[in-house]
Amino acid sequence: MKQYRPDEEVDFLIIGAGASGGIMAKELSTAGFSVVVLEQGPYLREKDFQHDEIKNTVLGALTNHPSHQPQTHRASKSEPARLLKQKYLQYGRQVGGGSVHFTANYWRLWESDFQQKSKWGGVPGAVLADWPITYAELEPYYTKGEEELGVSGIAGVNPFEAWRSKPYPLPPMPVKSSGVLFERATRKLGLHPFPAPLAILSQPYRGRGACVHCGFCEFFGCEMRAKSSTLATVIPAAERTSRCEIRPDSYTRKIETGSNGRATGAIYFDANRREVLQRAKAVIVCANGSETPRLLLMSKSSQFPQGLANRNGLVGKYLMVDAGYEVHGTFEHELNEYKSVQATRAIHDFYEPDPKRGFYGGGGIDARFDYYPASFALGGLPPNAPRWGREWKAMVARNFNRTMSLLAHATCLAREQNSISLDSEVKDPWGLPAMRITFSFHPDDMRNMRFLLDRQMEILQAAGAQKAWPDTADESLLPHNHLLGTCRMGNDPATSVVDRHHRTHDVPNLFLVDGSSLVTACCQPTCTIQALAYRAADHIGQQARRNAI
Amino acid sequence: MTRRRWLASTPLTAAVLAAQEHAHQAARSPQPPAFAAFAALTGAEAREIEAIAAQIIPADDTPGAREAGVIYFIDRALATFDKDKRAVYTEGLKDLDARRATLFPGSRSFAELDSDSQIRLLRAIEKSDFFELVRSHAILGFFGNPSYGGNRDQIGWKLIGFEDRAQFQPPFGYYDAEPKG
Repeated sequence: MKQYRPDEEVDFLIIGAGASGGIMAKELSTAGFSVVVLEQGPYLREKDFQHDEIKNTVLGALTNHPSHQPQTHRASKSEPARLLKQKYLQYGRQVGGGSVHFTANYWRLWESDFQQKSKWGGVPGAVLADWPITYAELEPYYTKGEEELGVSGIAGVNPFEAWRSKPYPLPPMPVKSSGVLFERATRKLGLHPFPAPLAILSQPYRGRGACVHCGFCEFFGCEMRAKSSTLATVIPAAERTSRCEIRPDSYTRKIETGSNGRATGAIYFDANRREVLQRAKAVIVCANGSETPRLLLMSKSSQFPQGLANRNGLVGKYLMVDAGYEVHGTFEHELNEYKSVQATRAIHDFYEPDPKRGFYGGGGIDARFDYYPASFALGGLPPNAPRWGREWKAMVARNFNRTMSLLAHATCLAREQNSISLDSEVKDPWGLPAMRITFSFHPDDMRNMRFLLDRQMEILQAAGAQKAWPDTADESLLPHNHLLGTCRMGNDPATSVVDRHHRTHDVPNLFLVDGSSLVTACCQPTCTIQALAYRAADHIGQQARRNAI
Repeated sequence: MTRRRWLASTPLTAAVLAAQEHAHQAARSPQPPAFAAFAALTGAEAREIEAIAAQIIPADDTPGAREAGVIYFIDRALATFDKDKRAVYTEGLKDLDARRATLFPGSRSFAELDSDSQIRLLRAIEKSDFFELVRSHAILGFFGNPSYGGNRDQIGWKLIGFEDRAQFQPPFGYYDAEPKG
């Protein structure tokens, strides 16, 4: 692998080797640029990915961890923030980022997602806006991502999906029992089930083997390279150019700027906690919707006293997350849901917000099972079931293979108060300010989640569940995994942080490309984050060749 | 203290002997329990905790927490990733012991109580942080990867019909195997 000296000024310094950073690295290095990618987590390989529930779910081997990445939380600005023992926000923390351990749901947005403000006017208490780009502008990059990474699905079955220039490159994954029951029930209710599009290979593709249905997708890395993570796809391609260095265990603490107000590189802690300055002509931050704003806020200087790219004070604002409840049901016969991918069928019938419902919101629903043996035994039984002893043991034994779940993937409104900021007291083990999260759902988000919950229960009952029950959660499932909207994209420098090409309004050679760019949030963001990355790389590469950065 | 010495200082019940036999078998299996000595617990503590775990996941017509070697998982957790929870055990056991002495004067330990008395005592503390922690650890030990010292011979996985296989082929369950239509 190519190695650069830190004092060598590379063309692009990318911070974060995840879902978007991997794509930026591959696109820019194959276009001929020199690239260094700093990744705070380790460089794990397929041999490191084991079917070990304790390692992956209890110890969080592939994600941020409260002991090293402390987070504080408050529901509103008027409360003091509390240091949390558990994670509130979760992200992938290794080369490949969240694309390594994600469920691999790969949904495009709808055309209407890009114009919610125009469609709705506004929602009191929320900061709704149109995207500065349209679905049509992003469509070629959705297609490019699906083709390059490898996505399984079938076009034309979901009557609500946005138009597409090409079919999915791979046929859908085989249906599971949860999918069959879901499909029957939703048809009975007059709804429109379709095979869930997944970034998992249903057939061999571009030198990688097909999924073997081992069942360890969500929370796990794929040892077969059948999950289309950036680790399995574009990152090796970037390294093959001999122009891209992936530098793991490198935790960035500050983006440096020169007297001309341009970014000059970044200072990071290496594996031995030594500070290193990597110089670069341009910096692209792909550190996710929580760490990207935190890094900008930590990059204060006399020139940028509020933090970098934050003249309007909007860095970190409008945090949006995954919303939606989960319901569970048991059936007479064995479903054996622990086998194969988590979700095989979904509906979009309630996706579009509908004024008739009396609130803003919508979302998709999928049929799934995201328990593993221990997590099921800990919390997979109905609410009034025994919690230990003989009866409990018998129920766990009977229900494990007879349970399925439905998860809603709902809209989340941007609120001014919901944000990422720096905690003034708590520090991480490197001495840097902990991430302070201010978050509570908009009342319409809550109404929407309850609306979808009722639909989920109807579907389970129509499927013939012997027993059906919702998760008992006040707000939604924690931790939140989709970290969105905190450096909003827009045409107006007064109301957004980056422009329509992800360039910060304040610093001409600083770009932000990840979930932080999203203007609205619905459902499954990874597909859109990656399409945005392909689009941004295209533009940034062209600008760099014209010396316009 | 080695595991063997702990066993030697303990009344060797049939279950413990069975567990020992399982351990020998596990030693020949691909993922043997990775330790043979208690790292965090004293023998007396281990005996009490094992008895609690054996009520949480009792042996009936299938093996329970004791036979699955859950105590070895718990010891390992308290010596490694859950080191900071050690005090919850110390305090919890102290409290349990006091309750036992009050409820069952003349008894010597939780482990030596009969099963009904053990259940009665545990019902009294089942809302406590201590019980919740032992429950979590017992479940993780019983259903987690055998390489952590519990789930011996995949006892937990066999109970629920989970197979840890590298691959499966469809159909996966009853409903996707049914003829379409």
